[in-house]
Amino acid sequence: MFWARQLHKMGLLGMNQRNAGYVMPHNPRRLYPLVDDKLKTKKLAQDAGIAVPELYGTIEIEHDIPKLASIVEKYEDFVIKPSQGSGGNGIVVVVGKRGDKYIKASGDMITTEALAHHCSNILNGLYSLGGSADKAMIEYRVKFDPLFEHVSYRGVPDIRTIIFRGVPVAAMVRLPTRASDGKANLHQGAVGAGIDLRTGKTIRAVCKERVITQHPDTGMDIAGLQIPHWDNLLELSAHCYDLAGLGYMGVDVVLDAERGPLVLELNARPGLSIQIANGMGLLKRLNKIDCMADVPKSAEARARLGKELFGSSPEIAVAS
Amino acid sequence: MSKLHVRLLALILTVIGVWMVSYKVLELGLPLTPADETEVWSVEARLEFITRPGAVKLDFPILNDPPGFIVIDEDFISNNYGLATEMEKGNRLARWAVRRASGKQTLYYRAVLYQDPEANKDAGKSPPKFPEKPDYPEPYKSAVTSLLAQVRSESADIQSFTQQLLTRLNAVEPEENAAVLRDGLQSPEQIVANMVDILAGARIPARVVYGLRLKDGMRHGRLEPWLQVHDEKRWLTFNPFTSATGLPPDVVLWRYGTGPIAEIKGARSVNVEFSVARNLRELVDISRQRAKLVGSRIMDFSLYSLPIQAQNVYRVLLMIPLGAIVVVFMRTFVGIKTFGTFMPILIALAFRETEWLWGMLMFILIVALGLGLRFYLEQLKLLLVPRLSAVLIIVVLLMAGISVIGNQLGLELGLSVALFPMVILAMTIERMSLVWEESGPREALTRGVGSLVVASLGYAVMSSKTLAYQVFVFPELLLIMLAITLLAGRYTGYRLLEYWRFRALAQEQISQDKAVGTGS
Repeated sequence: MFWARQLHKMGLLGMNQRNAGYVMPHNPRRLYPLVDDKLKTKKLAQDAGIAVPELYGTIEIEHDIPKLASIVEKYEDFVIKPSQGSGGNGIVVVVGKRGDKYIKASGDMITTEALAHHCSNILNGLYSLGGSADKAMIEYRVKFDPLFEHVSYRGVPDIRTIIFRGVPVAAMVRLPTRASDGKANLHQGAVGAGIDLRTGKTIRAVCKERVITQHPDTGMDIAGLQIPHWDNLLELSAHCYDLAGLGYMGVDVVLDAERGPLVLELNARPGLSIQIANGMGLLKRLNKIDCMADVPKSAEARARLGKELFGSSPEIAVAS
Repeated sequence: MSKLHVRLLALILTVIGVWMVSYKVLELGLPLTPADETEVWSVEARLEFITRPGAVKLDFPILNDPPGFIVIDEDFISNNYGLATEMEKGNRLARWAVRRASGKQTLYYRAVLYQDPEANKDAGKSPPKFPEKPDYPEPYKSAVTSLLAQVRSESADIQSFTQQLLTRLNAVEPEENAAVLRDGLQSPEQIVANMVDILAGARIPARVVYGLRLKDGMRHGRLEPWLQVHDEKRWLTFNPFTSATGLPPDVVLWRYGTGPIAEIKGARSVNVEFSVARNLRELVDISRQRAKLVGSRIMDFSLYSLPIQAQNVYRVLLMIPLGAIVVVFMRTFVGIKTFGTFMPILIALAFRETEWLWGMLMFILIVALGLGLRFYLEQLKLLLVPRLSAVLIIVVLLMAGISVIGNQLGLELGLSVALFPMVILAMTIERMSLVWEESGPREALTRGVGSLVVASLGYAVMSSKTLAYQVFVFPELLLIMLAITLLAGRYTGYRLLEYWRFRALAQEQISQDKAVGTGS
């Protein structure tokens, strides 16, 4: 354990401290339903003018299932997902229509009846945590920014930002791999790449808690990628603080080729791996924000504050 | 502020706990560690019956200087019944009576026994009369006559005669005569009474006696029948089913003769159950007397004042906080992931009955089989509650299957699988399959192994005799445990496994520091 003292020195945030020092004091329990239910989050976000994948419709009771066809009638492609699902289960992505059948992302055909049955399963709580009754959301299918095409294996790359008291403190992009089965979950072997808050460029990447430079499946370099719409994305993430009121949270954003950054979901207990992805401990950054009496009111100012405090200094960026 | 609050609370709890323990140790002289040499047995007979309204009279045989034991203490819980003890046909009877009673009635007889092989050796020394040869009906008459003739020719004295007879009667495939005599007998009482009857054919005095096997923690025990034969000098005891001679040292003779154990007027039947516990009652008695002298009533409120049946329950219950401490330690300080917070403790409790290795094997077997079937259920897309119930039913089936197969293979431990908490097993299988689906097999196996590691540690702690004794005699230790968990609840340091998880970061930092060091 010769490295034990190093972890203290670099201000690494541990699980106990995250829970006792940040999650419990800053995230009141009564706010959890707002982030656990994606439908509620989405409605709050829409009201606050935060960009989210557009909601085409919801199915809340069995009786509404026949309406599915009329909801998706106007759209060529869409996504059906459970509003309280976890781990990406129960999501059906439809990329097109042929006759009265739909084409799934995998290329398979699916009939309207099968889609209706899937909705029924969602309502019955097949995919929700704890199996409680759930709702089905039908929403816009995100067209991923081509930037990530070469550094992800299928699946949905997303950008996770930790927001403390409304200020972004760290960010990483999560890239699915073959090992993670197309899921952007670092636990299962997805790649996490830390992002420089000032420039929006990836710094370095980790996979399975090891530092890597190339994507394990595609072999492309991961460091130095410029995340498009970075300023916009950071401000969007900071803005999410206003809608849920969670003091310590993770915001997951996806990049759409046409509509730019869209907020996918909020997380009241963001994981600790972001520290490995960025090669730094969170504590020092969190302490800086904790010491402030006030944080700026506007999301834009908070995003700027995060960049100034935690981004690389411009000289270094020039030098490299 | 809140951290200070927690610390103060923990401090107060610890002070109270330590004060109470030291008072009990220093003032009342309760030993801190279990003392083996002063082991005593507490025996309790619980008589339960439902009366019709009206008078009740109940006769119950009680201990009468049993060979090999000294009765240190004896008491009755009689409620509003009148109580008298008297001798009748070699038994000492407790005679309870009440003029008016109705509904469910419970009476207790308790005794504290001290094991002493030399005690009451001469019990029942007076020689009995030789029994008259009974007039057996046919076909028994000829069967008895020829069986006794055979046995007589192959034996030298009464002891070997009896042994021969028992061996023949107990043979797995008995010869014709023995089979006739054995036919139709079911209860152990009938079988032993029949042996007495056959021995009477050889004019050998024999009788049925009932003994209680002393087994620590026994709760719903019953008396077992034994066969005694008089060899003109003393009574010899035989195990009627194995033909072994002599009364084992852990069996205490309770009564002589056949018939229902308790005779009652005013109720249909009496349910008699025996509880046994090994403890240090004697030492506590001394302490209790001293407590009376000092004027302290603390011992009146100790767990020893409870009925033995309840004491045995608390012996188990008080181990659970110890297990909880293990879980807190392993999760908060070490960072091992488990399925369900307290699942490992319940598994560890089951290990206490099954033994560790066997318990581990059976747990792994059931969970692995259950998980396989659960993956099949996954395909059927069942709703939550029916799915959980299906898993529960599968678990019960698996347990029954393991018991039956284990029994066929002659593995007695296979039967102990029934002690596993099946609801917990079902939930473990369900959770494990969910984690398997959502986070991959590696995570699921990591947590499974974590659960077993915590359960094993919990078992190690909970099976410690010293700790079990200490929490039972000093339940105020729970206050100290509470203080520890409160403090752990505010621990914000790293978990041990986080050092491993973030090792790459730390090594990087070290090499960076070195680079800076050489640069400047």
